[in-house]
Amino acid sequence: MADAGIVTTTLPRGTLLGAALRSPSFVAGAIITAIFIGVALLSFVWTPYNYAAQDIPHKLRGLTAEHWFGTDQYGRDVFSQIIVGARTSIAVALIAVGVGIGIGTPLGLWAAAKRGTWLDELIMRGNDLVFAFPALLIAILITSVAGPSATNAVIAIGIFNIPVFARLSRAAALSLWTRDFILAARVAGKGAARISVEHILPNILNTLVVQVTIQFSLGILAEAALAYVGLGAQPPTPSWGKMLADSQTLVGLAPHLALIPGLCIVFTVLGLNLVGDGLRDIFDPRLQRTRR
Amino acid sequence: MSNYLAGRVVSLIASLFVASIVIFIILEILPGDPAQFILGMNAQPDTLAALRAQLGLDAPAVVRYFGWIFGMLHGDFGISYTYRVPVSELIAQRIGVSVPLAIYALTLTLIIAFPAGLIAAARRNSATDFSIMGVTQLGVAVPNFWFAIILVWVFAVTLHWFSAGGFPGWDKGFWLGIRGLTLPAIALALPQASILARVMRSALLDTLDEDYIRTARAHGLSRGATLWRHAVRNALIPVLTIIGLQFAFLLAGGIIIENVFTLPGLGRLIFQGITQRDLIVVKSVVMLLVFAVIFVNFLVDLGYLAIDPRLRRR
Repeated sequence: MADAGIVTTTLPRGTLLGAALRSPSFVAGAIITAIFIGVALLSFVWTPYNYAAQDIPHKLRGLTAEHWFGTDQYGRDVFSQIIVGARTSIAVALIAVGVGIGIGTPLGLWAAAKRGTWLDELIMRGNDLVFAFPALLIAILITSVAGPSATNAVIAIGIFNIPVFARLSRAAALSLWTRDFILAARVAGKGAARISVEHILPNILNTLVVQVTIQFSLGILAEAALAYVGLGAQPPTPSWGKMLADSQTLVGLAPHLALIPGLCIVFTVLGLNLVGDGLRDIFDPRLQRTRR
Repeated sequence: MSNYLAGRVVSLIASLFVASIVIFIILEILPGDPAQFILGMNAQPDTLAALRAQLGLDAPAVVRYFGWIFGMLHGDFGISYTYRVPVSELIAQRIGVSVPLAIYALTLTLIIAFPAGLIAAARRNSATDFSIMGVTQLGVAVPNFWFAIILVWVFAVTLHWFSAGGFPGWDKGFWLGIRGLTLPAIALALPQASILARVMRSALLDTLDEDYIRTARAHGLSRGATLWRHAVRNALIPVLTIIGLQFAFLLAGGIIIENVFTLPGLGRLIFQGITQRDLIVVKSVVMLLVFAVIFVNFLVDLGYLAIDPRLRRR
């Protein structure tokens, strides 16, 4: 993180890719993230075994050449379950972030455009309220009411992403509204909505991208927690959280069943956090001051 | 100061009001009739109707909402459909596990995070700083329930130092109770401590760049004394915000950890209530937890007054 910043600040403008490649945390995070996304995509066309195929005589095997990550209590291949599970985790977290940015950012931009009015106040107080709720508790409540499924997990996680993006977009947009180029656009006769889309949004994209990676990693953790308590994707669809729940009683007999899905969650989240850290350094070298 | 205080109190009450309405509405649309659940699938329509009347389920939603709220204000949380005892009694039993667990976990979080954040900031860019940041980067990524499973595997199943689950009860002795909560508290504390240590470090680094720190150093104050007397106090505002959020998280987020260790706390009460359609339990316990979370955040806002004298003049 640290030495990358010094390099970044001395780079000529416009070589974002160069800056990215010289940030060790971005490169490490991007490689980890790429592996997990690649593996999730791979699972659409190829898995070593059918993830749901049971093979009781070969149950609870350790790591072997035939079964890279061993087998579970029904003899199902863990590696196949892991890569299909990656698909579930990534899809749920990504769509939940999409919900957050899709609703939150327009709300934030709208509040900033109408800053100081009752509308701004209403939107922001609404956000404060959602923020005050214990997210996981309400997610559990929502999924138990609407029925446990991956879709409802997406909604439950997505709702709590809305205020995050609304606040961030509003704060970033507010500082832009005082700038001269916005004044110029207003003088040119552009309306608030057009200015928000054409001038504000492109200028806050960097900030949003950093937040997307953070919310993405939080979404993966939340999806795993919901699936762990049985409120995420339902069997036979494999998910990492569900695999952990099944492994719990077998941890003495077959620790690999608990270790492997857990490590997959840790590495995916770690990879995304590193990408986020790296992007923040690249986009805003001024932050280096505090991160030294 | 009174303006600030009044604003906080108004927002506290508004939050609680909206929260109660949201919880009520979510549970109103919960499918499944509690009367049917109690009497079974073969119940006669007229006995069902009689039980619904007895449970007060036939009243209009508005009446039931205000009945629920005024009841709670008087400490009457209703009667559990499945346990047939007052919900307040159930809560009283369970709260003795959940609240001590949250306090225990928060204590561990502070014990780990404060020194870690302080040392990392004091020796920025040293090997110590990099190792602390590396470990916390990893800690942030660890799901607490997975860490809990690993702790059970190592310290309960393999080493037999702790039991894998359950809670002996406080009447068996304070230390046995503490022992029963140790693994769950560690599982909760590790990811939280990682977050707090990182916040602590960056808040301290922010203040260390300020002019008054340079002035203090120029006046001959040692590095350590500057850090303690000037930097730490100013770094406390963001840190306090995070601690408030974390205590709230530990209270509400403990519900998953309670499931890993089968602890008889509020979290398990909620899960049992959901599966048994014991709506009155779910509604009241969730409301209680939401109240606790919102109230802790309110206390944090008051805490700013103690730390930041500028707010007191407003």
